[in-house]
Amino acid sequence: MNKPQQPHIELRTSPHIKAAPTVEQIMRNVVYALLPIAAFAVWQFGISALALILVVTASCLATEYVFSRSAGRGNTLSDWSAAITGLLLALTLPPGFPLWMGAVAGFIAIALGKTLFGGLGYNVFNPALVGRAFVQAAFPVAITTWTPAGLPGRFVEFIPATLALPFMTPPVVSEWSKQQVDSFSGATPLAQWKFEGVITNTSDLFTGMVAGSAGETSALLILLCGIYLAARRMMDWRIPTAVLLGAFVTALVFYLLNDQHYPTPLFVLFSGGLMLGALFMASDMVASPVTPWGVWIYGLFIGVLTVIIRYFGGLSEGVMYAILLGNALSPLIEHITQPRIYGARKSGVKS
Amino acid sequence: MTLLRWFGRKTFSHGVHPQAHKEDTADKPIRRLPFAPRMVVPLAQHLGKPSRPIVKVGEEVGRGQLIAEADGFMSVPQHAPATGVVEAITLMPSAQGPRVPAIVIRVYEASNQEVLWRTPRDMDALTPEQIVQAVQDTGLVGLGGAAFPSHVKLKVPAGAVIDTLIVNGCECEPYLTTDHRVMVEQGPDLIRGTQYAMRVVGAKRAIIGVEDNKPDAIAAIRQHLPADGSISVEAVETKYPQGAEKMLITSLLGREVPSGGLPAQIGVVVNNVGTLTALGRLLPRGEGLIERVITVAGPGVKKPGNYLVPIGTPLRFLLNYVGFSGSEQEVILGGPMMGNAVSSLDVPVTKGSSGVLVLSSSEIQAETRRIHPCIKCGKCVAACPMHLNPTQLGLLAAKREYEVMAERFHLKDCIECGCCSFVCPSSIPLVQYFRIAKSILRERAA
Repeated sequence: MNKPQQPHIELRTSPHIKAAPTVEQIMRNVVYALLPIAAFAVWQFGISALALILVVTASCLATEYVFSRSAGRGNTLSDWSAAITGLLLALTLPPGFPLWMGAVAGFIAIALGKTLFGGLGYNVFNPALVGRAFVQAAFPVAITTWTPAGLPGRFVEFIPATLALPFMTPPVVSEWSKQQVDSFSGATPLAQWKFEGVITNTSDLFTGMVAGSAGETSALLILLCGIYLAARRMMDWRIPTAVLLGAFVTALVFYLLNDQHYPTPLFVLFSGGLMLGALFMASDMVASPVTPWGVWIYGLFIGVLTVIIRYFGGLSEGVMYAILLGNALSPLIEHITQPRIYGARKSGVKS
Repeated sequence: MTLLRWFGRKTFSHGVHPQAHKEDTADKPIRRLPFAPRMVVPLAQHLGKPSRPIVKVGEEVGRGQLIAEADGFMSVPQHAPATGVVEAITLMPSAQGPRVPAIVIRVYEASNQEVLWRTPRDMDALTPEQIVQAVQDTGLVGLGGAAFPSHVKLKVPAGAVIDTLIVNGCECEPYLTTDHRVMVEQGPDLIRGTQYAMRVVGAKRAIIGVEDNKPDAIAAIRQHLPADGSISVEAVETKYPQGAEKMLITSLLGREVPSGGLPAQIGVVVNNVGTLTALGRLLPRGEGLIERVITVAGPGVKKPGNYLVPIGTPLRFLLNYVGFSGSEQEVILGGPMMGNAVSSLDVPVTKGSSGVLVLSSSEIQAETRRIHPCIKCGKCVAACPMHLNPTQLGLLAAKREYEVMAERFHLKDCIECGCCSFVCPSSIPLVQYFRIAKSILRERAA
């Protein structure tokens, strides 16, 4: 029998259609959302910030490449997640952070925070924060050395500490900062409040013309970039909302109890790393819960804890540890907030 | 419950919104497909026990003639889709994969294909039990895709009191427009079938639920509604899987089917519009189910449309008739969300086939993505209409912890709608994992 030619038939399992976005698209858009923040950091702090962002990101990418290759996972740079870690990490560091320390932070973030757990999807903690926690402990001076924003010579001159040689003590920057801006105290608005009792104007915090980590200074810009991501459904809006809500309510309670000692809730929201942490780090999909109630509990926990660390801890900043602790608790939170399934019997007896 | 319900919109919570792709065929009237030279009637095209053939190889059969009888209550008979001669009773390819026993009929090309086999009934004289028997005699199964024997569904379990018959006209699968065209064109049959079904189950009212992207179908049915108000039409939100039995019940009545239970326990019986339309047409005439409406669509089809196709028509004949292009393609029996890709074009159209979809190589490439590890984005949790936790289930499936999936994460409540796989940015074939896990657990239990 003369059979007609059999066309090639594809066999796949249902569903045969899929929704956007893919992992690559999500991760790429997070990078897009971080770029304006990075650009603003460069505009504020000049070539030192630019060099820091490039070095930290390159360190993350190189580490990811080497480790995922050697672990037999192939080239995972194309999923863009290492680029996010690099950018985020750089944005949480002081702009004058020595570059070699930045490279160390990037290496630790990916090596210890991510590939050790098995790469993308398996990390327990946000990798960028693991890197930052490491350098916070390893280089306590460098990571609290702040420089003023908007210096006139920032596009031609490096902050002296930037080019410090590896394993050398970086030059002391405070003198240099004093030369640039007479009144510069060398502290972030949070530290000024905590240790000196000086409150920075909230509108300065909002627009970001203050000292601080490279990418944490403009609350407005971070908010806009976060809204972009949430609107494209590439970030769970509930997490930042819960974090900010938790922080706001906690700060409000303290403010109402004693408005002489505690700052206004708006100051708390717009100062330090809370905005960047809430929108871009607490919302890290991998290290946050997936259950509907779990998401809210996780976010509120981070928000409340941030304020408590800021008020009662030894440090002026509490976002990083709050998020890391939230990450650690997220499997537990998820465990106790399993959704009620459709048609579950009301008796409460597990079927 | 979802926000929309507070504003009076009939819907369920969670679910997804795939692109509908219905514009190519929604306006195309149902047209009859010519008879293929050879028909393949599988003996198991329904859930339950396969039918028992009562014809022999070489025997002549007339269109509509009983050729296989039901094997017990959980079974249906088969009727000859065309006049011809039984060429073989042998194993033939099926949409599900394995080869299944089937009656192969060589069709007489010269025959006028008149239906000679019918035993008209006086419907008013029948008791509910007799109607259930009559439904079984037609060989009718759920035409929406599940292929569950219709008479079994209409047989209300002892003790249950049915207050509402829900008629499922959602057709939430993309591309498919068969139910849509049936509602537009065959309103009187649909209403008659609905009334028969109401009598059988003892329901005082019936609600026809139609997705709100089919206003013409809603308008068409309204013209035929009986004056006593016992049957109504309700628009429900266009959302997948609105046509899943449990979702539609929740959308229309706000009731939930208990986990592991049946709709009858909450006073509801659900039937598909295509099924009840066939019921309304076949019962009074006393004919068997020998043809059905099918949407043939997809980018790989030249003449997409809604065709009245004899059951047993091989896909190759159907696709040659509508014209299909390209060499590399995927042929799906059913809709793109839950349908099966077929491995051979010798697979016939069966009673449960609601559509034939041809995706060409460019679509296949667009949908073939790299699989990443789960990034725990939670999109599947937000999509699952059964409110399961597909993230956890997926991780457990990868570790082969099937018992934990069933005992702690309600695997058995999964309706396999595919929403989780649809939204997964990592392209993890979650629903496929769950199907495998379920079948492994079934085998272990056996």
